Amino acid sequence: MSALPLVATDPIALVFGSLRSDAAFFAVRFVEEDSETLAVRKGVPQPYARSIDRGAMVTVIDDGAYGYAATPDLTRAGLQEALDRAHGWAQATAKTSVIRFPTPPDSAPRGQYASSVETAMPTRQQLFALVAAVDADAQIDPRIVDSYASLEIRSTTHRYLTNHGGDVAQTFRFVLPNVQVTASDGSDTQTRSLAGQYNGFCQQGGAEVIERSGFAAAGATVAREAIELLEAPNCPSGRMDVLLMPDQMMLQIHESIGHPLELDRILGDERNMAGTSFVTLDMFGRYQYGSSLLNVTFDPTRREQFASYAYDDEGAPAEREFLIREGVLVKPLGSLLSQARARHLLGDHVDLGGVANARSSSWNRAPIDRMANLNIEPGTSTIDEMIAGIERGVMMKTNVSWSIDDSRNKFQFGCEWGRLIENGRLTQVVKNPNYRGVSATFWRSLKAVGNETTFDVMGTPFCGKGEPNQVIRVGHASPACVFSDIDVFGAEGGA
Amino acid sequence: MSAMPEPGVHPEQISPGAPARVDAEAYFDDLAKGLPALLKGRESFTCSYEAEQSDFVRFNHARIRQAGHVDQAYLSLRLMDGGVEGRADRQAAISLTMSGDLAADLAHCERALESLRAVLPAMPLDPLLLVETEGFESRNVRIGRLPDGIEMASTVTELGVGHDLVGFLATGPIYRGFASSFGHHNWHAVSNFNFEWSLYYETDKAAKTSYAGFDWDPATLRGKIIRAANDVAVLRQPLRPIEPGAYRVYLAPMAVAELVSMMTWGGFSAKSHATHQSPLQKLYEGKARLSPLVSIAEDTAGGLMPAVQSDGFRRPDRVSLIESGRGEELLVSPRTAREYDRQQNGAENGNEAPQSLDMAPGSVDNDHVLRELGTGLCINNLWYLNFSDRMNAGVTGMTRFATFWVENGEAVAPTNVMRFDDSLYRILGDHLTGLTASREFIPDSSTYDSRRSSSVRLPGAFVNDFRFTL
Repeated sequence: MSALPLVATDPIALVFGSLRSDAAFFAVRFVEEDSETLAVRKGVPQPYARSIDRGAMVTVIDDGAYGYAATPDLTRAGLQEALDRAHGWAQATAKTSVIRFPTPPDSAPRGQYASSVETAMPTRQQLFALVAAVDADAQIDPRIVDSYASLEIRSTTHRYLTNHGGDVAQTFRFVLPNVQVTASDGSDTQTRSLAGQYNGFCQQGGAEVIERSGFAAAGATVAREAIELLEAPNCPSGRMDVLLMPDQMMLQIHESIGHPLELDRILGDERNMAGTSFVTLDMFGRYQYGSSLLNVTFDPTRREQFASYAYDDEGAPAEREFLIREGVLVKPLGSLLSQARARHLLGDHVDLGGVANARSSSWNRAPIDRMANLNIEPGTSTIDEMIAGIERGVMMKTNVSWSIDDSRNKFQFGCEWGRLIENGRLTQVVKNPNYRGVSATFWRSLKAVGNETTFDVMGTPFCGKGEPNQVIRVGHASPACVFSDIDVFGAEGGA
Repeated sequence: MSAMPEPGVHPEQISPGAPARVDAEAYFDDLAKGLPALLKGRESFTCSYEAEQSDFVRFNHARIRQAGHVDQAYLSLRLMDGGVEGRADRQAAISLTMSGDLAADLAHCERALESLRAVLPAMPLDPLLLVETEGFESRNVRIGRLPDGIEMASTVTELGVGHDLVGFLATGPIYRGFASSFGHHNWHAVSNFNFEWSLYYETDKAAKTSYAGFDWDPATLRGKIIRAANDVAVLRQPLRPIEPGAYRVYLAPMAVAELVSMMTWGGFSAKSHATHQSPLQKLYEGKARLSPLVSIAEDTAGGLMPAVQSDGFRRPDRVSLIESGRGEELLVSPRTAREYDRQQNGAENGNEAPQSLDMAPGSVDNDHVLRELGTGLCINNLWYLNFSDRMNAGVTGMTRFATFWVENGEAVAPTNVMRFDDSLYRILGDHLTGLTASREFIPDSSTYDSRRSSSVRLPGAFVNDFRFTL
């Protein structure tokens, strides 16, 4: 795909070696991302778009204080200026820092990571022909008023170097297929998509990701379901069971487990923007977050998943960790710094633990606590068993609307597609399915967890947080899950 | 809550600026001059330059959580093959990071153009390509009196002593440039700050406010912090739980901004309307209307946006979108204009949304807001809105920060956070009883990828039977 050669990162290492500072610790984090989008809308090719973004962030920790400076100037002079500026910020804020920043240990991280690519990408012309064919396949009915198909491919290189001898090189290949089709009969409009209108299916890898997504057949399938929704009745209202499929579970995990467990939120950093958390420091190790069927892992080791990596953006080695085990809250999504801050508050004898999740959106944003891959572990139920166990309920697929309070408790989510479950059988398709609940009690209503056959590896490139704002890639893998006695409703207008 | 002072007129102050700012403009001038030499044959180009030199400081518990500096510059370069009278056959675009070294950056552009040249022949004709071929020049420079970020951060930590202050300061120059083969040369530079913060009482009880502008004045900031602290005092009263149901509410301008922002999710987009996806479809089809009190316009003349959009078209001073509750014009981008045979009116491709939204004021005296409310909820902020029923403008979201129960014109207690789910056709339709006479000018504080130049100007609103569900 790449016509332009990526900048080799060895020159960065050479330049890094020539930087001078009397700071106790400094690091350079180089990021280069080359992305390309091929898209067709309603039979019309969209303008070819490519982006090559490269730059570096220099961070300094000195005398318990921290500062950073980001620059696109990768010459020695540019990086030295950034280093001096970062040191200046650290010195200027040393007496007013929220914590005395610990100097990283001398045992410097050294290692590599590369996305696992099974199948090489076809040529750009072949990919474009595929995208055009998918869009063309969606034109099945005069009521199809809009259609869009796209493939985005991103190649990313990270290099993290420290004056303690740390050297981490990671390369990633991200693939993001997308299909959206809108049908309208003049009085109602319904949009259906391939796993979500915000790239719910996105993974690391090569052409095999396109294959796994079902992209090639999605034009016709998604269009048929859009028409089906147009003709469907509105979702009924009332308390009933819901069977959430993985492309809705990903949103449910993200909003009402992922964000509330971010340790920097619990420590108050996000209270002015993304919000706080109903989870408090004293809950870890004892709080019953969900039913005993709930097992949640932070898993950066699943190679095809969107946010897999070997080291976070501050060089911490990444490992799979349970955050919730058999329903009990075990561990926060907290980086080394947040863990130190928590110890500072709770006393050194209390160690909540944490994960390698200091992450940034790019070279021009500083790392903060983020989700990466946050997954629900498979259970034992087949999809047939879960359906058979529901007397009255709705199967819901594909998130379309999401809203949750700033403590991550009161939520309301909507899906693109629903299907009634009556007396243990799937019956008619319904449109505009919504449900609402409270995180603190919702997960305790989890009554069945699907097995591996119901499990899908999803993700999104659009997780927003932080000041300055950052949008970052996350992965969520989940089986289908059943929740009992949920407040379900359709669109008020009904249409 | 507070916002920056209204600029009154579109900022047209011409200032030589500090040396670094002159350097930025000179750099862009040289870059724009160097690009035509890189073209071949009948090729043409447009380029949009976006750069900033920002100090960013996060605060928590009135101390500094994370502070630093970001220097970034991007050039979006579009190559068109056979560009004649805006009817080029093919186009391809690339966004590049600019290092600031002119020779290196031009070499980068040259390699990028070569890569686009390799792509173009394989691309089908683009029937919707439309660029402005009547180039023009403009220059808009507004340089504020800003101390460096370290000094500003120090002021915040000093004034924050004794408060649980959490917030974010962004300050420094922002540059935007546009140039093309068609004679465009447009430069826009501002140097401003935006400090947004919350004073917390406990858990989710806080007063949020902001201080933004071009001239940093510690005394003004001190006054704002004192006023926010007074709001926090009310939050110390025992909580009054609110049950789901319909309530009379006053929505402060920041809360109205959240509601109106949902309209901008396709509501004013000609493309969304043409494909029946607009949440305001019924309004523009004449099947529904809002209150006669509601008039909304895209008011570029009163905002902070550059004069030119990214296809080289000049943004009109004003586009009336809703007049006295009825749909008027829609925002039309060049591609939509080509696709649906309409006239473009300065909107961006893929983002036909207001960038300088102006909502007309009402007549309620701002000094008597609580008296006008009578008994009900005073809501300063709404949060995390989304559609619950897009085609009927159904919107759900949360109250956040300082929300008070008001009895007989007096704020008596904070409330728990509440979820609402209601239609904009009701909230800003039959249930809207009044708007304040004064408005707030609220610059967009978001910093995804870059600092923004968009803004809204709107009044507070009084609404009957606002529906809470959870």
